[in-house]
Amino acid sequence: MNALIPVESGPDLAAISERWERASRAHAHRVVICAGTGCVANGALDVHAAFVQELERRGLGARVSVDWEEESEGPGGTLVSHSGCQGFCQMGPLVTVLPAGILYTHVKRGDVAEIVERTLLAGEVVDRLVYADSETGRGCCTHKEIPFYSRQHRFVLADCGLIDPEDLGEYVARGGYEAARRAYREMSAKDVCDWVSRAGLRGRGGGGFPTGRKWDLARQQPGAEKFVICNGDEGDPGAFMDRSVMEGNPHAVIEGMMIAARAIRAEEGWVYVRMEYPLAVRRVRKAVQDAEKAGILGADVFGSGAGFRVNVMEGAGAFVCGEETALIASIEGKRGMPSPKPPFPAQRGLWGKPTVINNVETLATVPLILRMGAEDFRTMGTPTSPGTKTFALTGHVAHTGLIEVPFGTTLRHIVYDVGGGVTDDEGRPDPAGFKAVQIGGPSGGCLTPECLDLPLDFDSLKGVGAMVGSGGLVVMNQQTCMVSIARFFMQFTQNESCGKCVLCREGTRQMLSLLDDIIEGRADAGTLTLLETLAKAVQKGSLCGLGKTAPNPVLSTLRHFRSEYEEHVLHKRCPAGRCKALRPPEILASKCKGCGLCKKGCPVGAIRGERKEVHVIDAALCTRCGACAKACKLGAVVGVGQ
Amino acid sequence: MNDLNPVASMSSSTRSFTKVCEILDRYHRDPSRLIPILQAVQDEYRYLPPEVMSFVATSLRVPPARVYGVATFYSHFALLPKGKYVVRLCNGTACHVKRSIPILEAVQRRLGVSDARPTTRDFLFTVETVSCLGACGLAPVMLVNDQVHGQVTPESAVAIIEEILRKEAA
Repeated sequence: MNALIPVESGPDLAAISERWERASRAHAHRVVICAGTGCVANGALDVHAAFVQELERRGLGARVSVDWEEESEGPGGTLVSHSGCQGFCQMGPLVTVLPAGILYTHVKRGDVAEIVERTLLAGEVVDRLVYADSETGRGCCTHKEIPFYSRQHRFVLADCGLIDPEDLGEYVARGGYEAARRAYREMSAKDVCDWVSRAGLRGRGGGGFPTGRKWDLARQQPGAEKFVICNGDEGDPGAFMDRSVMEGNPHAVIEGMMIAARAIRAEEGWVYVRMEYPLAVRRVRKAVQDAEKAGILGADVFGSGAGFRVNVMEGAGAFVCGEETALIASIEGKRGMPSPKPPFPAQRGLWGKPTVINNVETLATVPLILRMGAEDFRTMGTPTSPGTKTFALTGHVAHTGLIEVPFGTTLRHIVYDVGGGVTDDEGRPDPAGFKAVQIGGPSGGCLTPECLDLPLDFDSLKGVGAMVGSGGLVVMNQQTCMVSIARFFMQFTQNESCGKCVLCREGTRQMLSLLDDIIEGRADAGTLTLLETLAKAVQKGSLCGLGKTAPNPVLSTLRHFRSEYEEHVLHKRCPAGRCKALRPPEILASKCKGCGLCKKGCPVGAIRGERKEVHVIDAALCTRCGACAKACKLGAVVGVGQ
Repeated sequence: MNDLNPVASMSSSTRSFTKVCEILDRYHRDPSRLIPILQAVQDEYRYLPPEVMSFVATSLRVPPARVYGVATFYSHFALLPKGKYVVRLCNGTACHVKRSIPILEAVQRRLGVSDARPTTRDFLFTVETVSCLGACGLAPVMLVNDQVHGQVTPESAVAIIEEILRKEAA
């Protein structure tokens, strides 16, 4: 091992790479088991253990990692490795057999013996375990044949789900840390900033601020002590892109941080990870330790004379800490409350020193830009938003999971071509079911069917009152009540408001109670106007992004689904039938004797039914006056007047 | 309270603060490491007992109000003991649109707990919601301690609880 660390120029990446290649060649087959949070929940670790047992039982030999650190030739046998999230979460546990590249879905412990027997030994495909294309019904053996994958452009996620995230050697063998080495050995701080600026990289965490400009600002600040922070506090409900990158390719994040550190001459970095992501915390910690052990991180990075150390800190459950100034306060051991900007963190950040904060995905993109060149990077995406974006595609869509597409891709492509279309509540395909997509979480807005052909990028989304945010895409079908969705986000931001600004703290509470009035049937004609006025006040009167954007889901649903709100307010009816308090009364079949008293009592003729047969209430006509419940002597009418 | 609380009585012998001192030393008694210190304390006691918070404050030479302020700000910190099994229902966007609330209600009903009283009397279960576990592909998701259960229904969630109750009764 020590021979791999020549003192003057840092570790010999080529030697690590060559060793890893040599050791991995000893394995004729490799079984990659997705060990992302989703697959683990479905029993992936059990499947992994079953492979090792089965291979050993047959005397075929199994290794769980590539032994590149040993001097001797690899011991052979099948390599059974873990990977990070492969994105196709609904189909998990996912098992890929290499070199053939066959992807098996929904693999259970009981399937393992058959895969070993037929695929590893006989070279056949186990047909019942391959993915069947929902459009054609055809079996798809490899990633390339599966529309979910073939219609994406996996760039930042290219290695996620393939490489072993806990193996530094494999990352290096795939060209890892070479960009960091070049940045430290061959480029000046200004060169690095220019390179990233030329590529047009914009922050993937929400706002889309140009990364190169942020770095350049921090670079130009006086003072020797500066910091780089990786913001892994991905709090948006419905988003898990950063989790997947940290779990699937943690070294890419560290390499990105090293390049950022080079750009501003920082010697210390922090990775702040959400506590709800224990696996991500563990993998990032291990990656930092391995990089230190290999001499990549340390007092003298690649012989440049500059050092770089990385600390990992676990958050403690506060959404507002995703805001950069609040995150800094949290690292300093304080309540995570934002502070006014300027000064920007790039001027005065952690411990009052110039600090660059970037999101996980942004940092993971940086090494790729250095590897491929700024001009090539610009060929992906749109002129103002180059590159790709990962999205967490969830909700009422056939293929939920983690996807990556170039900026400028249309929503239609994402929902229908990649996601396989909209589903109903039971998960069955529902081609006409599209109602809206919620993008950008609690700060974002809704995209309606009119937006299906809008090329998505930072600027086009702003134009329609939404934002990329961190990239959660929640597809909603016709059975979803948009008022309830707005209330859901309002409750979230109200809960997470740190309390510093009055309008955020109290305004969100009042907005929430107005939404409750609407949902529970207490609203009147003035409620919507009041809600809008208050929403605008909260936007204006809040310091940080949380408060400024908290009213967005309400304003956006009001803009696109105003009639739905009005239905709730004026007619006390929830068109989706979701709001319990507004649900029309129901006649219990078990109690109704068909006497007809309710029918007679109904002033709007909303009740139908033959004598001596169970009567039903027509929800479209019912005004919820309660006359039927009063008229019924058997207590068969429920849901009104109690 | 304490006699009802198996956690407190279990840890009364360690309340000599030796464990807390070890934790404080691990972080060099540095006030800026307050959050990881409280996390380690909570790992030890499963919540933050008031006297331990005061002890931490004094040891770090910061006002107890600052420690209390941090402890109440972050949702991870618990000022009351939690149950042996912490059941967390994800109520992130994806889980919410896939109807996580009826699951929460079913579990709460089965265990006789509520949002206001999330822990059972015997300190076996605490039921709470979290905003997102990042396993949206499996929505709705329920976490029992560290074990993730995906695509749960009200019935399967209650079955998971029953299973634990059976195991505990045995």
